[in-house]
Amino acid sequence: MSILPQLFTKPTQIAAAPHLMRGLRPFAKAPHQVRGRTLLLIALLATLSGCSADWGWYVVDPSTKSGWLNLKFLLSGLYYTILLSVTAILISIVVGLLIALPGLSKNPVLRGINRFYVEIVRAVPILVLILWVYYGLPQVADISISVFWAGVIALALSDSAFEAEIFRAGIQSIDKGQYEAAHSVSLNYADTMRFVILPQAIRRILPALGNQLVYMLKMSSLVSVIGMQELTRKANELVVTEYRPLEIYTILVLEYLVLILIVSAGVRWLERRMRTDER
Amino acid sequence: MPIIQLSDVTKRYGTFTALNTVSLDIAKGERVVVCGPSGSGKSTLIRCINQLEVHDAGAITVDGVTLDGSKAALNRIREKVGMVFQQFNLFPHLSIIDNLTLGPMRARDKTREEAREIAMRYLTRVRIPEQADKFPRQLSGGQQQRVAIARALCMEPEILLFDEPTSALDPEMINEVLDVMVGLAESGMTMIVVTHEMGFARKVADTMVFMDHGEIVETAPPETFFTNPESARCKDFLQKILPH
Ligand SMILES: Nc1ncnc2c1ncn2[C@@H]1O[C@H](COP(=O)(O)OP(=O)(O)O)[C@@H](O)[C@H]1O
Ligand SMILES: [Mg+2]
Repeated sequence: MSILPQLFTKPTQIAAAPHLMRGLRPFAKAPHQVRGRTLLLIALLATLSGCSADWGWYVVDPSTKSGWLNLKFLLSGLYYTILLSVTAILISIVVGLLIALPGLSKNPVLRGINRFYVEIVRAVPILVLILWVYYGLPQVADISISVFWAGVIALALSDSAFEAEIFRAGIQSIDKGQYEAAHSVSLNYADTMRFVILPQAIRRILPALGNQLVYMLKMSSLVSVIGMQELTRKANELVVTEYRPLEIYTILVLEYLVLILIVSAGVRWLERRMRTDER
Repeated sequence: MPIIQLSDVTKRYGTFTALNTVSLDIAKGERVVVCGPSGSGKSTLIRCINQLEVHDAGAITVDGVTLDGSKAALNRIREKVGMVFQQFNLFPHLSIIDNLTLGPMRARDKTREEAREIAMRYLTRVRIPEQADKFPRQLSGGQQQRVAIARALCMEPEILLFDEPTSALDPEMINEVLDVMVGLAESGMTMIVVTHEMGFARKVADTMVFMDHGEIVETAPPETFFTNPESARCKDFLQKILPH
């Protein structure tokens, strides 16, 4: 329907409203925050190198050829860490929403389905789920599954239970009057959800969704156990050949740290941009 | 043939009876003002008419459709009956124009151009066409309520229900909303208005309804209702709310 593009352009229209410009300068406060974080990282590094342990930073020294290659090798894991996490979170948001909706029903059977899914999926450790999907699922379903998709499915499945709970809480926080108004302009259930309830609920749960993305980025490291070439796997492989676990895993820590600081800054920026409707 | 017929309508919340065998006939174009103490069942009464609440017993017929709890009846009724709420209930994330066009486009299959045209017509009628691109929170309470009236009108309903449309407003904004409602009444719209604005009631009501404890205690034309109410409860109530 033609209303879709109109509704979807909303953020830009909002952005055009001058009184909301404050929300549009997300980096106004950022410089000293970033400086603060950089200082923290330097301090951390300084402390670490100052320790009595026998440091050998040469393994990742970008001024030497081998150090530079090693660094590049470590950083190349970023691609799959991000691709894996983003694909998994997108799927888990959709699945989570589909699981949340029956949980909001008056029908006890539908609510039961929601509870069953959430309780079961939440109870399985992610690592166990990864192993089961990669080694077990192909036998059950007689399919072959790539490491990447096994990782995505396991991460998405496990996260979807949490997403479902987040969506349920977000949707329940929307005032009953919004449903009544939608009813009084003849919207059906799907349109009420799509145009009235979810756009408001998503604004409210954005911080929680951001948290889940951060969580996902961290949990994606577990997929290294089935051979996914992401950050953690790369580090493990380099440790085997270079035998400098301290330096390499320190780099690994920093890689995740920087990645997640960037993501949380992005989420906060999005949040400010969308914060337009508080009455 | 009345456009709305309620006979012996009962609505319970658990063991509490909010509406007790209420009967009422409303003719096409009739303006009914409902008053009564808080908790007397006024909201429940009008919410049963557009099925925001489903009655437990009795029969409601609106424009030939019997409300039997079926989905089909529900859908037909929503097309005929518009509602204006005490708290406006505008969609806060949508601009005024989008608030108004959403229903016509999604539920009436209007194109965006048609819907905008209808929306602008009714925004002009409630005298705020210049606010079309703003968001609800940028408007005053009185303006928001007028938008809510325009939103209901955009669905081109046969009947409009108002549930205390001015109760949430600052006093200086009440008249701008009542003026719009008087204009609507003069255009021949069938209206049921829950309100304690007795000046408005005197001006537009064809019928006054007084409720207490989930029952309609008195139904009368305004002349009799205000000068010579039959029941003691109604007299008592009017004495409390009318200026002396
Ligand atoms: N959803 C509900 N659940 C339980 N009780 C309700 C509900 N809605 C209304 N009531 C009760 O029904 C009675 C009538 O309510 P209402 O129709 O809103 O009264 P009025 O609009 O005249 O103030 C009140 O006592 C109220 O507490
Ligand atoms: Mg009420």
